[in-house]
Amino acid sequence: MTLFFHEMKKNRLSLLIWSVVIAFMLCVSVMIYPEMEGQMAEMSDMFADMGSFTAAFGMDKLNFGEFMGYFGIECGNVLGLGGALFAALAGISALAKEEKDRTAEFLLSHPVSRIKITLQKLLSVFCQIVLLNLVVVCTAVLCITVIDVEVEIGKIVLIFLSYLLLQLEIGMITFGISAFLKGNGLGIGLGLAMLLYFANIISNLTEEAKFLKYITPFGYADSAQIISDNSLKWEYLATGLAIGAVSLIIGFYKYSKKDIS
Amino acid sequence: MKAIEINDLTKFYGKSRGITNVNLTVDEGEFFGFIGPNGAGKSTTIRTLLGLISATAGSASIFGKDIAKDKTEILADIGYLPSETMFYNGMKVKDILKLSESLRGKDCKKEADELCSRLELDVNKKVNELSLGNRKKLGIVCALQHKPKLYILDEPTSGLDPLIQKEFYEILTKRNQEGATVFLSSHVLSEIGKYCKRAAVIREGKILACDSIEKLGHADLKRVVLRGAKDVVLNADIIDFKQENDVVSFLYKGNTKELTALLCKLEFDDFTVSDIDLEEGFMHFYTKEGN
Repeated sequence: MTLFFHEMKKNRLSLLIWSVVIAFMLCVSVMIYPEMEGQMAEMSDMFADMGSFTAAFGMDKLNFGEFMGYFGIECGNVLGLGGALFAALAGISALAKEEKDRTAEFLLSHPVSRIKITLQKLLSVFCQIVLLNLVVVCTAVLCITVIDVEVEIGKIVLIFLSYLLLQLEIGMITFGISAFLKGNGLGIGLGLAMLLYFANIISNLTEEAKFLKYITPFGYADSAQIISDNSLKWEYLATGLAIGAVSLIIGFYKYSKKDIS
Repeated sequence: MKAIEINDLTKFYGKSRGITNVNLTVDEGEFFGFIGPNGAGKSTTIRTLLGLISATAGSASIFGKDIAKDKTEILADIGYLPSETMFYNGMKVKDILKLSESLRGKDCKKEADELCSRLELDVNKKVNELSLGNRKKLGIVCALQHKPKLYILDEPTSGLDPLIQKEFYEILTKRNQEGATVFLSSHVLSEIGKYCKRAAVIREGKILACDSIEKLGHADLKRVVLRGAKDVVLNADIIDFKQENDVVSFLYKGNTKELTALLCKLEFDDFTVSDIDLEEGFMHFYTKEGN
């Protein structure tokens, strides 16, 4: 597990910054709710009349005037998008950074198989994602306790679980892509996360684009749908995790055969 | 047992040539040199042996183990120093050494301390604060600290000051005397001549020659310089003929009696005949005409 701990140590600052920023933003969103509560009912009516825009962000299924509706939207924006960007960065740089920084030659001239290297790096990506979510969940629970609002625990757990799975899937896809890269893949990672986010928005706008929900992990990590149905869309989740698994298998295969520059 | 055995090893990067049908053997315990101009295929050969890149065709084994199948086992026996040593920025020298020994699953602390002390490497410095020479020293310690059976060293002394170079070769020579094999790729021909018993020359991806240093360095050649020479026409077996004004220079291969007879036929004011130095002997391998 040497490489796993090395990776964790190397990425600790990035993990800390992303965790603190996302947790802080979610904390602020929750803490200002009591002050906003009165205005939320009016805002909810206003958002309900915005046609496609309302559907695009799932606000047609939520009551923005209630805490769960408010939390669902805020959590989707902060943890959904922020977590996706972090997962994309962690995944895309896991293997490619060694070649970009030209440390791959040092690492791969040690008697550790490429499969073991890849597994330990993947485990580190997963571990970073789980740690970030732990920090965010603990902060959110603390803030909800402080403002003392009524919440539906089952739905909150499903929301957090869906965002964790979303990040793991994006981590898997970008990790797989990372095996093909020789240089800096940050643009590709961030671009992919944004593309998947907008794919879900487009799929909310028109029935013809509904198939995109099978492709983007934002399809199952959809607070509005989770709150209104009290369940995850398992068909989207299964497809998403299958896409992640296939990306990983291709990535593992590619890296085991790759010529190191 | 052969430390390294390479059979028809070929590597193409897409359509561009890396190495073509390289055949080479290095005996266990040998101090072997590997020379050739830039882009000749030295690093490609080394990187294929280490499994960093995969061969397009051919095979190779290290201590009888196949480089494609037994990569991890092979790497446990190798200490590799790349020509450009790069490490993780932000880490201290001692952390890099610890990481390297952990990846090898060995306790090398005592050996690492001794090597750092002999090579004057400050273990508390961060990698990004190290000069080129000090980064090279760190690479050397990483390659040597686990006392491998085979050392594969690519330009090991570039960036090192002469004293550290001397210290490095003392360590390496001792390891070789203790039974380790050294595969030394270098442009510094004097290093090859001084430490290696045999060497191979590679150019344009092909092995041009593989022989003892004496034979490769053409110790049997003599440099003949004639001053004030007039109308020099030579029919004898000579190479590297040069004429500048009235100074003629050429390399002669043959016995001294025949050389004397040849010189008697020529008209000149003064002459010198000397053994060629090793660098001059090797140099023709670097030129296009050097086949």
